[in-house]
This record gives sequence, structure tokens and C-alpha cells, in this order.
Amino acid sequence: MFEQLVFYAFAAGLLFAATMVITVRNPVHAVLFLVVAFFASAGLWMLLEAEFLAIALVLVYVGAVMVLFLFVVMMLDINVAALREGFSTYVPAAGIVAFLMLAAIGLVVGHQHFGLGAVPQPPAAAADYQNTAQIGRVLYTQYVLPFEVAAVLLLVAIISAIALTLRTTRQTKAPRPERQVQASRADRVRLVKMVAVKPEPDRIENP
Amino acid sequence: MLALADFLVVGAILFCVSVAGIFVNRKNIILLLMCIELMLLAVNLNFIAFSHFNRDIAGQVFVFFILTVAAAESAIGLAILVVLFRNRRSINVEDISTMHG
Amino acid sequence: MKELCLAIVLAPLAGAIAAGLFGRLIGRAGAHWITILCVGFSCALSCMVFRDIVFNGAPPLNVALYTWMQSGGVNFQIGFLIDQLTVTMMVVVSFVSWMVHIYTVGYMHDDPGYQRFFAYISLFTFSMLMLVMSNNFLQLFFGWEAVGLVSYLLIGFWYTRDTAIYANLKAFLVNRVGDFGFLLGIAAVLTYFGSLDYAEVFAKAPTLVDTTLRIWPSSTSWSVLTFTCLCLFVGAMGKSAQVPLHVWLPDSMEGPTPISALIHAATMVTAGIFMVARMSPLFELSTTALSVVLLIGATTAFFMGLLGLVQNDIKRVVAYSTLSQLGYMTVALGASAYAAAIFHLFTHAFFKALLFLAAGSVIMGMHHEQDMRKMGGLWRRMPITWLTSMVGSLALIGFPGTSGFFSKDGILEAVKLSHTPGAEIAYWACLSGVFITALYSFRLVFMVFHGKPRMDHHTAEHLHESPAVVWIPLVVLAVPSLVAGLAGVGPMLFGDYFGKSIFVLPAHNVLHQMAEEFHGAVPFITEGMTQPPFLLAMSGVVVAWFLYLVQPTLPGKIAAAFRPIHAILLDKYGFDRFNDWFFAGGARGTGSKLWRWGDVALIDGLLVNGSGRLVGWFSGVMRGVQSGYLYHYAFAMIIGLLALLGVFVHHLFT
Repeated sequence: MFEQLVFYAFAAGLLFAATMVITVRNPVHAVLFLVVAFFASAGLWMLLEAEFLAIALVLVYVGAVMVLFLFVVMMLDINVAALREGFSTYVPAAGIVAFLMLAAIGLVVGHQHFGLGAVPQPPAAAADYQNTAQIGRVLYTQYVLPFEVAAVLLLVAIISAIALTLRTTRQTKAPRPERQVQASRADRVRLVKMVAVKPEPDRIENP
Repeated sequence: MLALADFLVVGAILFCVSVAGIFVNRKNIILLLMCIELMLLAVNLNFIAFSHFNRDIAGQVFVFFILTVAAAESAIGLAILVVLFRNRRSINVEDISTMHG
Repeated sequence: MKELCLAIVLAPLAGAIAAGLFGRLIGRAGAHWITILCVGFSCALSCMVFRDIVFNGAPPLNVALYTWMQSGGVNFQIGFLIDQLTVTMMVVVSFVSWMVHIYTVGYMHDDPGYQRFFAYISLFTFSMLMLVMSNNFLQLFFGWEAVGLVSYLLIGFWYTRDTAIYANLKAFLVNRVGDFGFLLGIAAVLTYFGSLDYAEVFAKAPTLVDTTLRIWPSSTSWSVLTFTCLCLFVGAMGKSAQVPLHVWLPDSMEGPTPISALIHAATMVTAGIFMVARMSPLFELSTTALSVVLLIGATTAFFMGLLGLVQNDIKRVVAYSTLSQLGYMTVALGASAYAAAIFHLFTHAFFKALLFLAAGSVIMGMHHEQDMRKMGGLWRRMPITWLTSMVGSLALIGFPGTSGFFSKDGILEAVKLSHTPGAEIAYWACLSGVFITALYSFRLVFMVFHGKPRMDHHTAEHLHESPAVVWIPLVVLAVPSLVAGLAGVGPMLFGDYFGKSIFVLPAHNVLHQMAEEFHGAVPFITEGMTQPPFLLAMSGVVVAWFLYLVQPTLPGKIAAAFRPIHAILLDKYGFDRFNDWFFAGGARGTGSKLWRWGDVALIDGLLVNGSGRLVGWFSGVMRGVQSGYLYHYAFAMIIGLLALLGVFVHHLFT
């Protein structure tokens, strides 16, 4: 009973926060509601005995990614009014698509297929069950190769993010050898043909 | 008692909300990214629910990878966004229409 | 004999090649000497062959020289059939051609296309000889087309004149119509007889009398022979200028006068007559075809003669008289009097060539003035031309004793006795034609040679007899015009001159019937003096004399009184206008419609530009889809996802 209460509380929080994310005017508020959604989600995951992922979600997502979002949103001078333009005109379309999709998914994932009758409650885990240890065990054995790939992926993401945002304006003064070797004679020397004698200035006749 | 269906329905609703969010916030790239995060969250919820009810840890490992990829994706997405804003002084999708010809 | 024939044919070709390809090398004199010698050689050899076949009684020669190709069991050969009919034509063709060659030396003296002209007429001689000497339909068709080509080239000889180009195009196109029929006829022959060789075809003809064919599945069935003969006769109508395919002949007078004499009077236009006579074993078996031939000929003979009355161009008068005389020949063919037709062809070749050359001589004297209203009183200045014209005209109207008298009387008698359907009409048409012939012939003579001179002073001063090279052919042609009939009437018309070369069914054999009453040429003449044709001819002359010498103002009054008829005659019965309007205009209209609808609208508009526009429209639509806006792609993905989801759910629940 308590579990259900918690579930509904977190589920309601999650959906409310999600709805707010897509509807609020201010992007900063949207990011903050997203943080709320992540927290609620982490609570749900706790209910599902995925403690490591729940903590990781809070630490990594809320702590790192969401902060990144917040930074970007605050740093950029966003014209919110222009972005909100035509917001309401798409609401019906969004509602219809979302409703159709929900109906389609709901037909599949409803209680008649995934209720307790179909998928019973799993047996309770042993008292010394450690979620983190379980994940670690498979992660470093069975999934070690994908794990390495994921690590490389993160490295690539780091490098590319830096590469993208790096300003390449040159701050120091230094010669450029590649330009220097391209210099030709015509750029530097100009031959001028002139009369050998100095022209006499026009004599002004005395009156 | 909580059934698997309960979690799946929550995930479904969350997914549909984020789809609706993509529709209504079509001009704002930041919100589009956030909606994608929400979608991934819904998917992750499904994975974890299945993992729990099937007593199979593989689902959680998968979520782990998804989180990794999602983090990388948001990092690069935001980096692109910053560069874009630096060049165009705008993050309005309608301004990014070079391909429109 | 075979080699002789080959030489006869090839000599003019050699002359043509020499004058045509090496004309500049051999010069003007070289060109005329070579061609005259070649054609003279050919003429002499023809006479030798003529003597062998006709007088020495050598058997007819039927020899295949060269097999061009074999296809589906059919031999396509080049070969000669030399019999009485052929040698007659050979002599006529080579002799008249030779005369015209000589005459041309004078007539074309100052023309820049001198060598070209000689090359053409020699080539014509070659083609015509190939035509008449052929022993199969293929070679006949070759000769047929070759003379058509040369005719085209020569009508347009002065190719800078618009009228000449118009005329030669017209001749070519009208002949195409005839040749199409001719080709169909040859195709029918090949289909039903399985051979193109005369001998085989003629041998097989009687077995096909009852065979019928349907042109298209539901049509009435035709006798094969009738169909074949009619198709072949369409060819003859084109070449021999029978109504309604006659329209090209008057216009062909745009060509130089020697050509009018040689091709458009004496030889080429008689190719159709010759061909029908050659095909007598086929035509004899189809009364329908004979009847058609008879009626077409009668129509041509009478109505074309009438047109001669209102023409003022001297050459056109002679041209219409040619049409009319060709009509007479055709009538004779239709009456199964093939011998009479060939006999008239024979005499006509001489006197009509003579008349044309005389007209040419007059034209030369008048400084290329052809309008008879500006002539008159020429007989003093051009006595030889006048005399020879007189001979030609008398022969043309059938004055007793002249060659035309015998041949024309023969035809008239034959038609009178014939039982071919339509013979009665044809007889009356021909009889009235005699009067008309006399009227226009002597109208020409009186207007040109008699009366007061109407030319301007300058022309009158320079008027003189043409040079010898011109008047000698006139005299040489005048002789056979006078005596050929006398010599030929007995054997050719009533005797066994043609032997087996012409086939006549006993039931149709009117000439045989006439032969029983024939007692020699002199009684024929004396008897002819009392017959209606002579009286009509004489009255024609008298009327012409009265109208054009005694009362020169009367013709104008008559024309005014019968204005509608006169207008119709001047309009040449509207054939030209009809052809221009219906065929030429229709073809142009159809072409322009096809161009506008088929080409511009359908092909260019719909297919070419249409497909381009379709692609353009489609890509326009696709470009609209490819907006370049990020969210449109996102929407597309979401909607696609929704659709896939729908499909998935649908499958899950069914």
C-alpha cells in the first residue's frame, strides 16, 4: 500500500514536471522542471530496485547534464517571445498525435497484457542483494567491450564539444612559415624605368 | 501491489508528453533537446521495469549505456547550439534553413 | 542479237555518262557529238533489229541477261523481250530521240546547261529503251521510274524558274499517284502469278480468270485480273496523262521544247499505252478493265481537246492536243484494238514531235515568245517551219493520206465496231474530238503563220528561218508524218505485223473484222473521204479559217456569249484548283493539324515538355516536403513512428 502511494506520488510528480517542461515560458524554468522530472524518475527507479542507476541518474544527469543545460540556457541571450510564436496553433496537432500514440501504446502495455496476472511480482531479492555489485559484475565481464566503446564515445564527445566551441582567434604574434615560402619576387620588388637626367624645372620668364 | 503495466503506462504517458513537446516547442532547440531527454527517460523507465519484473540485470546495463550515450549527445548538442548561437545570434529553428534553398 | 540489244541500250547510257560526268572535259561540242553518235548508233542498231524481226522473220527473242537477286523463289532479272511490238517502239524511241538530239544543238545553243541537257536526254533514251525492251515487270518498273526521273529533271531544267520547279514537282507527285497504282498492280501480279516474267505471267493468266480476291475482309470480291489490270492502268494513267492524272502534262511545257517533243509528246507519255498493249493478254481477260480504259480514254480525248481551243500559249495548245491524242490511243486499247493504238502511237510520235519542234522553231524565231496572240503571218519568214507545221497539223487532224488519217480512222472504226461496254459513248466522244482537233490545230496554224503580224517591230525585223540544225529534223520528221501511215496501215493495222506480241480474244478482235473490208491503202483513203470523220475534220478547218482569218473578232464574241463555258475551259475544268485545294491543301492542312496536335501538342507538349513538367511538378512537391526546417523532419519521423506503431498494433490484434 505504501509502495503504491509512493509510486503514484512519484509518477504524478514525473508527469507533472514533464508537462511543465514542455509548456512553461521560461527555458530556465523548463530546465528546472526537467530536474524535478529526473528526481521523480529516480524515485521510481528506486521502487524498481535499480538503486545504482537511480543514484547515477541524479548524480550524472542532474549534477552534470542538467547543469550544462542550465549554463547554456542562461549564457545564451534567447529571445523567448520569438520562440514561443505559434505555440498554441500546434497544440491541437500535438494533442492528437500524442493521444493517438498513447492509445496505440496503451493497447499494448495495458493491464490485460502486463498486469499482475500476466507478469507476476518477482520474488523479493535476498537481504544482501547489491544492485551496484550485480551491474558491475556483468558490466566488467559480459559487457566489457561495449563498456570500453562507451568510454571512447564519451572521450569523443568531450573532444568534439571542445573542438566545436573553441574560438580559434590567434592571440600571439608569430611568423607564418607557410605564407612566407609563398612569397614571390613580384610581391617585393618593382622595377621602375626612369630618365637618367634630372629634368630641368620650367624656367619662369621674367617680364 | 504494483504491476509491470503501471510502470509501462507511466513510461508511455511520459513518451507521449515528450512527443507533444516536440510539436509545440518546434522552434526552440533547447527544448527539443530536453524533450529528447524526456523520451530517453521514458525508455529507460521501461527498461528498468522489465529488468525488475524479469529479474534480468541486462536491462539495467542497457540503461547504463543509454545514459552514457544521452550524456554525450546532450554535450555535443549543446556545443553545436552554442556555436550556432555564436554565428547566428539565434537558436530559432526557422533561422536554420539553409537547406530550404 | 543479244549483244546487239545490249549495245542499243548501253550506247545512250555511255553517252549520258560521258556528257553528264565529263561534260566539262569534253566541252559543248564534245557533248553533243558523243551523245548524237551514241543515240544514232543505237537508232541504227534498232533499225537492224527491226529489219531482222519484221522483214526477215527472225523469231522473237526472250532472254534473261542477269539475275539481280533471288528471293522466295522469285527471280529478279534483267532481260530483253524483243518482238514486233518492242522493235516498233525501239525504232520510234531511238529515231525521235536522235532527231531531238540534233535539233537540240540548235535550240539550246546558248544555254549554260548544254552538256547537262544532252546527258539527260541520252539518259532518257536509255531509260525508255530499258522500259520497252524489258521482259519482266521489275525492269519495266525500273524504266518506268527512270523516265519519270528524267522527265522530272528536264521539266525543271531551268531550275531557277519558280514555275519550272512547280511544274516538275507537280509532274513528279502526280506520277507518284500513278506509280503507286502501278506498283500495286505489279505486287498483285507477283502475288497471284508468282513470277514477274512476262512469258510466265501471260501463260498463267487464263487459269486465273475465275479467281477473286477481297481487298479487305468485308469488301465485295474482285476478279484478280480486273484488279491487277486496273492497278496497272492507274500507272498508265499517270504516265500517259489520262484524266484525272493528266494535270501534270500541260505544266510540263515549262521544260525546254525539245523535251516537250521527245518526252511529253512522242515517247515517255506513250509508255502507258505501250504497257497496256504489252499486257494485252491480261487486259483481254477482263472486260471491266477494258471498259474502264475505254471510258477514261474517251473522256481524255474529248475534254482535253476542248481545252486546246482556249489556250493561247503555242506549246500548251500542242500539249492539250497530245493529251487528246493519248486519249485516242487509250480508247483504242479499250476497244481491244491494240494494234491501232500502237499504230497511232507510232504515227503520233512523228507528227507530234514534228509539231513540237516546229513550235520550238517558232518560239526561237520569236525570241522565246510563246503567246500566239503576238504572232501571225510567219509563213513568209519561216517557210520551212510553216510547211512542216502544216504537214504535222494535217497529220494530226487526219487528213486523208497522212499518217494520222490511217491511225485515227483505224481507231474510230475499231471503236465503232467494238462491243466493250461504253464503246458507243467513246465513239461519239472520239468523233466529236475529230472536229475539235481540226479546229484547234488550224487555229494554231492560222494564228501563228497566217493573218496580220501582231508582234512588235523589233521581233518582226529579226524574224528569220531557224538554222539548218533545227529545220533538218523538222523535214526528216515530216517525211514519216506523211508516209508512215501509208506504209504501215496494211501490215500494222490489219496485217499480222505484231504476230504473237499482242494477244486479242477472237470475240474482241474488231481489227480482224475491219481487215476483211480492207482492200489496200488507196481504197481506204477514197472511202475515208466520204466518212464523217473526214467531213468533221474539214469542217473544223473551215470553221478555224472563218473564225481566225475571216472574222478575227468573232472568237472573242463567242467567248463572251458563252462566258460560263469559256470560264470553265479556261479553268481547265477546275482540276488544278481542286487538286490544290483538296490534295495539296488537304495534305498541308492535315500536316499542319498533325504538326499542331500531334507534334506540338502531343509529342512536344505532352510527352517531351509534359514529362519534364511532370518531373518539375513532382520535384516542386518534393521540394515543398524538403523544407529544410528541422521540425518538419522531426514531425515526419514522429508521424512515421505513429504509422509504424499503428501497423504493429494492428498486426498484434488481428
